[in-house]
Amino acid sequence: MTDTDIAYDDTVDARGSACPGPLMDLIGEMRDADSGTVVRLLSDNDQSLTDVREWVEEAGNELLGVDEDDDYHTFYVEKA
Amino acid sequence: MTVHIAIVGGGTGGTVLANKLAERLGPEIERGDVRVTLLNDGPDHVYKPVWLYVPFGQREPDDGRRPLEELVDDAVDLRIDRVTDLDTDAHQLQTRDGGPMEYDYLVLATGSTLEPERIPGLADGAHDYYSESGATALREELLSFTEGRIVLSVVGTPHMCPAAPLEFVFMVDDWFRERGLREDVEITYTYPIQRVHGNANIGEWARPIMDERGIEVETFFNAESVDPDAETITSMEGTTLEYDLLVGIPPHSSIDLIEEAGLGEDWVDVDKHTLEAEAADDVYALGDTAETGVPNAGSVAHYQAGVVGQRLANEVRGRPATATYDGKTLCFIETGMDSASFVEFDYENPPSPAPPSEKLHWSKLAYNEAYWLTARGLL
Repeated sequence: MTDTDIAYDDTVDARGSACPGPLMDLIGEMRDADSGTVVRLLSDNDQSLTDVREWVEEAGNELLGVDEDDDYHTFYVEKA
Repeated sequence: MTVHIAIVGGGTGGTVLANKLAERLGPEIERGDVRVTLLNDGPDHVYKPVWLYVPFGQREPDDGRRPLEELVDDAVDLRIDRVTDLDTDAHQLQTRDGGPMEYDYLVLATGSTLEPERIPGLADGAHDYYSESGATALREELLSFTEGRIVLSVVGTPHMCPAAPLEFVFMVDDWFRERGLREDVEITYTYPIQRVHGNANIGEWARPIMDERGIEVETFFNAESVDPDAETITSMEGTTLEYDLLVGIPPHSSIDLIEEAGLGEDWVDVDKHTLEAEAADDVYALGDTAETGVPNAGSVAHYQAGVVGQRLANEVRGRPATATYDGKTLCFIETGMDSASFVEFDYENPPSPAPPSEKLHWSKLAYNEAYWLTARGLL
């Protein structure tokens, strides 16, 4: 999944955070989000490619798209 | 002109730094060229690792509390006051009792604050050992607990002493075994991500020990609410666990002042090597307060205080500040009532937990006594 053009409501910029910081930052944002909110997560930690997918599925949310760039990855997650 | 260094926070980082500066800059302080002020909102220094042992009846909260005036070098101006406002452009603090205070260099070492109220029901339904009152209340419950289900839930991360939740379940497992009650007690450990610890190496080391000892594990468990009447805790992921005794590691936050001063969102954004604030000149942060990605641990604050002490001494003397923090972290991990492991790691080298031994357990207990030398800047 690359170069997605997805509308989002909030952004979590976790670039520079060590694992599991990006996932925990995303969870913290989703905790207070209303159903239907789309959160964009920026992470330069490759572990997020696994962590975020696994958690989104476990929590019943939806991963709308992922941009995998050289410098960082962008995840779009919609709260169920 | 006198150079004024203000340190906010009299925990491990702030206290060690104050004493290091008193030592390094002794002649300058003596001549009146430098002044070091340590501000803390209470008269005591608190050594929090003692709290892990309180629920088991092994230590008292007072064992972790000593007056700052006994620990801090006389060359340091100790102020018992609370900072209420910070203007980094003007290099000025406002204090509750003492009014405005100008500084040339500022070090923020304000540590973590517990916020159980962020999770509905957590404050009423859960016990903790992350505060004196929490540890003593948990002791009352644990000492009389003989059967049922104990759930330890790591609710908020990052939290102080990342190993302490593992230590608690390892200790409580061993404690009930020694007393012949383990078969009547279920122990469940919950963690927010897909493994049992934030650090992958420590998680991979701990998980088989938990499985072997019958400690049930729920991963991807982010507590959403606690029902104290029904004695249940429910996660964002839709899992509900029943408990007879709930031990929760509450969400942590920093003080509002940091965000209000534009230094970061909750924690201070710093260069993780120099520990200088990214959003203001002449401001450092250390320990939990600094957003470095390393654990919120006393050893981190201790080593960072050494780095900041060297940098400030050089800056005051007009020399290049060359000392940097490499992420060094040391941690003993109790694996029972009579055994412990040990990890040492940094930004580049991951931890490799040592085989648990009685020797490491006694090393941990010995360090807890020797800590007071650390606070005084001697060890």
